[in-house]
Amino acid sequence: MKKRVVITGLGVVAPNAVKVSQFESALRNGASGIEKSDMLEELNFGCQIVGVPKYNPDDLKKIVPKSLLLKLENEAIKYSCLAGTDAWKDAGLEFTSRDSEPDWDAGIIFGVGTLAMDGFISEKMKYVDAGNTRKAGPRVVEQSMNSGAATYINEILGLGNVVTSNSSACATGTEAVIQGYERIKSGKASKMLCGSCESQGKYIWGAFDGMRILCNDSNDNPTNGSRPMSANARGFVPGAGAGALVLEDLESALTRNAKIYGEIVGGEVNSGGQRNGGSITAGSSIATIRCIKSTLEQSGVDASEIDLISGHLTATMADPKEIENWAIALERKGDDFPYINAPKSMIGHCIGASGSIEMVGAVLQLYKGFIHPTINIEALHPEILKVINENKVPRKVIEHELNYVIKASFGFGDVNSCIILKKWNENGR
Amino acid sequence: MDDKDIYTKLKVIIEPYLDDEVDMEALSLDSHLINELNINSAHVIDIVLDIENEFDIEIDDDSIMKMETIQNVLNIIKEKAAEQAS
Repeated sequence: MKKRVVITGLGVVAPNAVKVSQFESALRNGASGIEKSDMLEELNFGCQIVGVPKYNPDDLKKIVPKSLLLKLENEAIKYSCLAGTDAWKDAGLEFTSRDSEPDWDAGIIFGVGTLAMDGFISEKMKYVDAGNTRKAGPRVVEQSMNSGAATYINEILGLGNVVTSNSSACATGTEAVIQGYERIKSGKASKMLCGSCESQGKYIWGAFDGMRILCNDSNDNPTNGSRPMSANARGFVPGAGAGALVLEDLESALTRNAKIYGEIVGGEVNSGGQRNGGSITAGSSIATIRCIKSTLEQSGVDASEIDLISGHLTATMADPKEIENWAIALERKGDDFPYINAPKSMIGHCIGASGSIEMVGAVLQLYKGFIHPTINIEALHPEILKVINENKVPRKVIEHELNYVIKASFGFGDVNSCIILKKWNENGR
Repeated sequence: MDDKDIYTKLKVIIEPYLDDEVDMEALSLDSHLINELNINSAHVIDIVLDIENEFDIEIDDDSIMKMETIQNVLNIIKEKAAEQAS
């Protein structure tokens, strides 16, 4: 018997807001979290604008044990501890006490694009290069292993089910939620903390700058740099942060009378195999369309019922193709196309963290009944206008009851991930 | 430097690695770093690095293996300081 899976907790550390309530306001207000980086200017980056979360370091002291916080340098792990524990507490759950057994029915899947590329690694590797590993100290492994964020969160939570990290580039966050959903659905866990993170820093951003796919025309106008779906889109603006969601077996949530944000009714991942137009860096349309259709099929939701698409939409030349793929997969176009928005217009592309941060946004819109604006569009891309009507891309917040929201993330490696969220009604339907 | 000085400095070094549930008042020469003070093995190495800086000595891997109680640590500091001063 397959279990139903609901969302009972949210946590977020995003470039435009830390804490869920602030994130909701930021999304409603179209608040940009993108700023100029003096460091990147000094380093001659083409793109010198980034989205970095501004959290309060004192909040970390409240949750991370003193001995662990000392010499905790990887920012992505800090974001993850904040978002992960916020989600857990939001779900009304306790941290396992230090002298009791772990909660065997609860686990963590917390993904990352690349945990070891945080700036802290350079100082450590200088010691290695100088032939003095002793001085690198003992804390590099736990802060650079990909499961490091999950590991630190679990030091606080004390869970005993699967505790791991997934990685599928920019699809990571959505994939983490799908993996947790499947684990609960199959009865192997009753609660899963799912999410993902990406750090800040010159090494992560430099790798993308070297690919010439970042926005390089807005260094003097940072908040205008991320322009998904725009005629003048000029590449993505990198961001950092973490998003976290508590997924729970419906019975468990009802038994403890938990707040239910919504239900996950379908989730699918796939790859285009880097064939048929797909490559390491480009997605194949047939795989994307197949992934969306498959998510619809398993959820039993008719495409006509989808109210909102929370797009991947990065502000690169892939945006028009993404819109076309949605239209084909949903068999809806023009005025019949659902509303669609691009959270990256405000927070930039948070890479491995993007899927989970944006999933938190999608859940909030479903739960509260609103559609956040997409900012920075002077004119929609002409290829997009051939497929959908202008009014399907709101520039101001719309209060709108939503029954079904679909969220997708796509990543390097020609990989796709897609989830359908359903509004929760008190009568359980 | 006498034992008391070393112990005082050592307490300052170790204190940041102790979590709230560990009572600093209960710290004694017999305290076991891992079993009683809940210091994990990675943090023991961090403490070694801090000791090396503070006392300007080098502590070899074999000595680290012997660092079980505060008294052991104190003895190793004295031993290394004596060796490396000569």
